[in-house]
Amino acid sequence: MNLFGFLKPRPSAPVARERLQILLAHERAISGGSDLMATLKEEIIGVIAKHFPLEREKVQVKLDRGDAYSTLEIDIEVPSLSKAHPGNGSSGGAKLAAP
Amino acid sequence: MAKVLVVTSGKGGVGKTTSTAALGAALAQAGRSVVVVDFDVGLRNLDLVMGAERRVVFDLINVIQGDARLPQALIRDKRIETLHLLPASQTRDKDALTQEGVARVIAELKEKFDWVICDSPAGIEKGAMLAMRNADIAVVVTNPEVSSVRDSDRIIGMLDAKTARAENGERIEKHLLVTRYHPARAARGEMLKVDDVLEILSIPLLGIIPESEDVLRSSNIGAPVTLHAPESAPARAYFDAAKRLQGETLPIAVPEERRGLMSKLFGRRVA
Ligand SMILES: Nc1ncnc2c1ncn2[C@@H]1O[C@H](COP(=O)(O)OP(=O)(O)OP(=O)(O)O)[C@@H](O)[C@H]1O
Ligand SMILES: [Mg+2]
Repeated sequence: MNLFGFLKPRPSAPVARERLQILLAHERAISGGSDLMATLKEEIIGVIAKHFPLEREKVQVKLDRGDAYSTLEIDIEVPSLSKAHPGNGSSGGAKLAAP
Repeated sequence: MAKVLVVTSGKGGVGKTTSTAALGAALAQAGRSVVVVDFDVGLRNLDLVMGAERRVVFDLINVIQGDARLPQALIRDKRIETLHLLPASQTRDKDALTQEGVARVIAELKEKFDWVICDSPAGIEKGAMLAMRNADIAVVVTNPEVSSVRDSDRIIGMLDAKTARAENGERIEKHLLVTRYHPARAARGEMLKVDDVLEILSIPLLGIIPESEDVLRSSNIGAPVTLHAPESAPARAYFDAAKRLQGETLPIAVPEERRGLMSKLFGRRVA
């Protein structure tokens, strides 16, 4: 052990390195995220449209990033189905919590 | 085939203009014909660093708007025949730069020169986008410091998404140039090491330019450091970087200032 070690400040570069690695992983996910959301939306429209007549503008896909978990919100409005499937509502919303 | 290179960074003041002048001069000193183009409209400095500030008559925007022909705006360096400057406008509005206009001028420059080197303004706005737009190769200038590394990461993302090459599904060659590096500080753990920056940004390393008084002295005089102080540590690093740009493989050295005994003993505080 260096007797005078306590006089030296702790090297700060390793802290900088770690902070950057965490931050950039996050920022890269966000900037790649806009694409991901667009792709996801297309795929969802593809699946739902097989079963219901659907207007593209009535499909919303949103990702809210949080610290502990993020929320993926998918909101799909379909035409009134009361005749074909009595009892079903006309708007289906789903919320998923992704860790 | 002419190559278009952009020197970019996101963050301001990291050494883009210094590096544009030094790399441009180094390539010209090696016999290539080179034009350095200043995209920093309103804050031009490349003319000053190159010592050509009193010879500017027409600029990039004049050429784009058809007020001058390209040969009228090009300034030939007095020291190296094959080195030319296309200055930016100091007074005009940035909006005078259009994507089509810039593409037209770059295409014309490619017919005349081996290397077209674009000095990007700081930021990620229109000026920086236009500077990188037509590039084949990008030199990302980064200081070993958190905000510079973060901005470089952002710029790398833009190079892969917003350039003409990227939009055509082609690859854009990207190189990292670490500048204003203090080897001693990095060794003491006070500054990010080059390896840290490389690992985080993961693009190939073009060179390491040390922090040096010779850079300041050269810009005071109005000469690229490779011309004014060719033996200095930063100049040697820029010469090597220019060779790598031309496809040579050279080992990358962490630069050392050649210092006397006194400054070795007392240099820590003084330097
Ligand atoms: N290796 C170096 N050693 C010492 N000083 C340097 C070095 N590189 C650049 N500088 C100095 O840093 C300052 C900024 O450099 P420069 O103008 O090249 O940066 P820039 O990225 O073009 O800035 P801007 O974003 O404002 O255009 C200048 O004063 C320059 O002399
Ligand atoms: Mg500059």
